[in-house]
Amino acid sequence: MKQFLILAAFILTFNFALAQNKLYSSNKTEFSFFSKAPLEDIEAKNTRANSIINLSNRELVVRIPVSQFQFKNKLMQQHFNENYMESEKYPYSTFKGKIIEDLDLSKPGVYSVNASGILNIHGVDQERKLSGKITVSEKTLLLETAFDVMLIDHKIEIPKLVFKKIAEKIEVKANITYTPYQK
Amino acid sequence: MRKHSLILYLLLPFSAFAQEDLMKLASDSNEVFVRTATFKATRIINGHSVETVGKNNMDFIISHRFDRINRGFEEFFGLDAATNRLGLEYGLNDRFMIGLGRSSFQKTFDYFAKYKLLRQATGATSMPVSVTLFGGYAIRTQKTTPQLSGYDRSSYTAQFLIARKFSEAFSLQLSPTLIHRNRADIFTDNKTVIATGIGGRMKLTKRTSLNGEYNYVLPNQIDDNYKNNLSFSFDLETGGHVFQLLFTNSFGMTERQFITETDGSWGSGDIHFGFNISRTFSFEKKSSTKP
Repeated sequence: MKQFLILAAFILTFNFALAQNKLYSSNKTEFSFFSKAPLEDIEAKNTRANSIINLSNRELVVRIPVSQFQFKNKLMQQHFNENYMESEKYPYSTFKGKIIEDLDLSKPGVYSVNASGILNIHGVDQERKLSGKITVSEKTLLLETAFDVMLIDHKIEIPKLVFKKIAEKIEVKANITYTPYQK
Repeated sequence: MRKHSLILYLLLPFSAFAQEDLMKLASDSNEVFVRTATFKATRIINGHSVETVGKNNMDFIISHRFDRINRGFEEFFGLDAATNRLGLEYGLNDRFMIGLGRSSFQKTFDYFAKYKLLRQATGATSMPVSVTLFGGYAIRTQKTTPQLSGYDRSSYTAQFLIARKFSEAFSLQLSPTLIHRNRADIFTDNKTVIATGIGGRMKLTKRTSLNGEYNYVLPNQIDDNYKNNLSFSFDLETGGHVFQLLFTNSFGMTERQFITETDGSWGSGDIHFGFNISRTFSFEKKSSTKP
């Protein structure tokens, strides 16, 4: 019983520590990607992603529903989901990471940041270091980032026939606005 | 035991902010996943599928049906003779499309519209099936003696296309059908015929599938010499093209022809080899500027 009480006290202390977690969640996200190939430029936008950032330990996660990428050409969208991303099998692309710099993100300002973590696209994990910019203002946090994704890194196959229409390297851009997390 | 569950309970918030759980917080309960690509093309084989052409896309479909395989070597197993249908289909938006076609068989012109009423979805709103409405009009223009009026050469088709994509690979469709002919070829045939189609596809790879389709005409409506339409196809999709290589017992490609006037019998080898090739063109403005 004594041991139990100690344990309980121990846990309670942690819960107190937890109360100091400063979670921010995305209330507006915009992801876009751009593929530049000799025969065709392809772009798509997704505003249905979600992200959470924990200011106390600078951990962040991003979750993007793949099938919500909107293309102008619906046939392309269908091929994107069916043939390349297999979005019924791998419905989400995710990033789980941590901002490397020891910054106090509760103070207003503009910070350039690097986050290292795991980028999962098409079910394949890749260790990545992504860089971006965080603008902290009174109530909100704006994260802007741009990075490249190599299709081969995530086992996304491009048939030879459409090789000149789809780039091997896809440029991804994201803008995420965070506000304090509310349950 | 109680003690242990209490510990677990206390532990819960402690572990709540591991990264995995941040991920859970990042999930969206309002997400809706519409299941797309129940079929690759707007046809299962002869009959329409629940799919419509995307907004501002135009499909050009070239279809051929060769003569019966049992014509033998003399006719090169039917390949010496063929009928064709040229079709154009256009998506006004992502749910509504219109199309027209011209078949060499009986020199038939057909016009139709298709509307996606319901889309199969999971998530915040869930819908078990996709439902598409189909309405079509066809007119024969081949000269006959005596010459029939335009009214007598016309026919109308209405269909409820109900499909479910059971898995990534397997989709099934039921197609209750009503066909009205102002004048049937055989005097004793019903002018209005009720039928139901059943069709499915099994994907072999990401870009290929096997399809099957059967159109069952409810009994005592048309002459016994007419057979139900049965077809099988192999589909291959490459970028903007879908190739369907098929075997069917009907020569015609409009609903009236293949549902109510199929005279070939699989049992006697009255099988036609054929293909549908569809090519999609997009009329969306090319966006050369980055967002």
